[in-house]
Amino acid sequence: MTDEAFIVDESTLVLGIETSCDETAAALVMGGDDVVSNVVSTQIDLHADFGGVVPEIASRAHLDALNPVVARAIVEGGVDETRIDAIACTVGPGLVGALLVGVSAAKSLALAWNKPFVGVNHMEAHLYAASLEDPTLEFPLVVLLVSGGHTMLVEMQDHGRYRMLGQTIDDAAGEAFDKVARFLDLGYPGGPAIDEAAMFGDPDLIQFPRAMREVGLDFSFSGLKTSVVNFVRKHPDVGDADIAASFQMAVVDVLVHKARKAAAQVGATGIVLGGGVAANSLLREELLTACEADGIQGFLPSRSLCTDNAAMIAAAGWHRLRSDGPTSLNVGAIPNLKLPLID
Amino acid sequence: MLILGIETATERVSVAIGGHEGVIGLLEITKGRRHAETLVPAIEFTCRQAGIDLDEISVVAVDVGPGLFTGMRVGLASAKAVAQALRIPMIGISSLDLLAFPCRHTDRVVVPVIDARKGEVFYAMYKQVPGGIQQVAPPQVGPIDEVVADLMARNEEALCVGDGARRYADEILDGFHCEIGGDAYPSASPLVQLAHARALREEWVNPREIEPVYLRAPDALINWKTRSAR
Ligand SMILES: [Zn+2]
Repeated sequence: MTDEAFIVDESTLVLGIETSCDETAAALVMGGDDVVSNVVSTQIDLHADFGGVVPEIASRAHLDALNPVVARAIVEGGVDETRIDAIACTVGPGLVGALLVGVSAAKSLALAWNKPFVGVNHMEAHLYAASLEDPTLEFPLVVLLVSGGHTMLVEMQDHGRYRMLGQTIDDAAGEAFDKVARFLDLGYPGGPAIDEAAMFGDPDLIQFPRAMREVGLDFSFSGLKTSVVNFVRKHPDVGDADIAASFQMAVVDVLVHKARKAAAQVGATGIVLGGGVAANSLLREELLTACEADGIQGFLPSRSLCTDNAAMIAAAGWHRLRSDGPTSLNVGAIPNLKLPLID
Repeated sequence: MLILGIETATERVSVAIGGHEGVIGLLEITKGRRHAETLVPAIEFTCRQAGIDLDEISVVAVDVGPGLFTGMRVGLASAKAVAQALRIPMIGISSLDLLAFPCRHTDRVVVPVIDARKGEVFYAMYKQVPGGIQQVAPPQVGPIDEVVADLMARNEEALCVGDGARRYADEILDGFHCEIGGDAYPSASPLVQLAHARALREEWVNPREIEPVYLRAPDALINWKTRSAR
């Protein structure tokens, strides 16, 4: 990479790469918000037998899938690869062996093409997913980030300026979905399985506990699974649909209640939903209703941008490149990378 | 024709550039396991010191294993990406071949042994042939006792090389009289030499066709299979 000042503007085309968990993804994004192509190869079937992501299996699959996925992102983008201005890739958080495949490939592409490399924080990238569809978002915003690994409420004051408002003290919301789905034998991954089963159930039939609902902005979901197990043992006659629906309502109720409280607290213009659990239909519906009632905006990225993808990596990479410049090629994977906070 | 060689299957990160004139640049770092941090800057440095632009490279050679899974994937991911970016072909060579090749001048059986952790080693056996060395027993993974048993069954003078041979030197020497010598780790230097010979015969592949040699299924798969067999 030459030493000339690198200008990041509306025409800057970033190739994003994501391999932090079980999706191998590549995307081209122009100017930080214009998605030119977005390719995701999922490994869900490879891990389904194990009821969770197996790191070694994921790493092997990333290595096999990455070159074809990158090639497809370029072909589908309909651009010549010489048009790519920078390469962005998730450096963390995530599974170390999985991250290393993407980081190694991305740095090597940058070296071979003589273009800047930019390392991206996966959690920060989730914050940018909504702006890919609605670039008019106005700060401050509250982002409710819910996935298999994280449950957090983040105040986004500006690009790169985040404050943690609350997070889970034990299980992530997505983890609760997986555990309950496994217990009810509904399949893997748990989120979509519960979502589907709940469609035919009564969400108000069972009042599962809403832990810490009225206390602060942190979350706790570990007790909920135990309540579901105990209930099913005591009431073997109640159907899976009603249990799934009532469980889902308990999770969504707490998430939406706290997101609303957080938005009021910081005077947010809106609430942005992010992470894999953001694909949950009840959560989407309830959050929109709540935002409408409170007179603020609710931003729901489409499902393909909620779950792990590389378009959000390219978008976050564009912003990071503009604010901080390229990342050194001696960076490795940072499995425990935290969201950069201002206090 | 210039070849870039990338080798990360063991503790070492090794990068070499070479062609008709042999190896013209070589960088080896054997400290800690920071393959991902080290490799790309090492490629950049080796090119600069050799006075080569990366886009002058016409083939990427890579060690495909067996070796430490995470380490070898760093090399494979980088090598495949460089080849993809420059639209050039690749040549994959076994880590065991790379350990055996520098010992081609002995008439003993050459046994590269790579530490596979978890009490096991990756190993194979080679014999001298005119102009090089040939595999006489295929790559395997197993406990060191199996290597010793294979050596005893063969009952020939042997030379054991590699970090596995060093780690289990006592076990090997207790069971079978032979010499422990050669290199501890495979190097990108024989990688480039071996790849050059193959490149002259155009025995190269598309980056997508490069297959890692793991020799061992992921633990979860092994556990799951034994569990479902019960
Ligand atoms: Zn994610």
